[in-house]
Amino acid sequence: MDMDMLETSKTNGEAFTGTVRLIHAVGMHARPAVKLTKLAKRFQAHVAIRVEGAADWINAKSVAKVMALRAAHGSMIEIKALGEDAQAAVTALVDLVAADFPEAGH
Amino acid sequence: MSDMVGIVIVSHSKDIAKGTADMVRQMVGSEVKVAFCGGNPDGGLGTSVAGIIEAIDAAWSAKGVAILVDLGGAETNSEMAVEMLEPARRDHVVVCNAPIVEGAVMAATEAAGGSSLDQVRAVAEELSAG
Repeated sequence: MDMDMLETSKTNGEAFTGTVRLIHAVGMHARPAVKLTKLAKRFQAHVAIRVEGAADWINAKSVAKVMALRAAHGSMIEIKALGEDAQAAVTALVDLVAADFPEAGH
Repeated sequence: MSDMVGIVIVSHSKDIAKGTADMVRQMVGSEVKVAFCGGNPDGGLGTSVAGIIEAIDAAWSAKGVAILVDLGGAETNSEMAVEMLEPARRDHVVVCNAPIVEGAVMAATEAAGGSSLDQVRAVAEELSAG
């Protein structure tokens, strides 16, 4: 994957953030939203996402909210996690989006 | 391996019930048990209490079962089916106040994460909360 497509960084305390470009052809529609939510739920950390620059962070574990994000193709998605496994959560979610939501996301 | 809440889909139309179940399996995966029923025995539109009970049995999980319904009779027959379960199981089945397709996908997504029946229902009903 292109390295300029993502970056992860430790901001403060246990919070980690990452940014990744949404390359999915039709943006964040239902199926990617379900995959992202399911993956986020596997971590203990609080995980939030937003379209880069948006005012509000939304809970990445809420499938209704992730679907309602309506992120368009090519937009940058910011991912933020807080908690013990925050870094792993951000890395996994960035990888999922960067890899265009592959099947068999177990 | 943790148990997951099962999902039952009850529509007046067998095609809608089956199609909704297909969407859940394709979008969420096969780890969550999904059962569906719809139509009357003659192949017309309708729902039956016996069919709903069978679907509840098929989707049964110790964590409970969330039912998604379409219109009027699907809801009343589902409530009747729940009433007819033995008392020990009755409290572990809920009829969600949610749109059938969206509710089923979101409930199953929540169930796949190992959430409780209350959490699964809350997520499905988030859609109706506006």
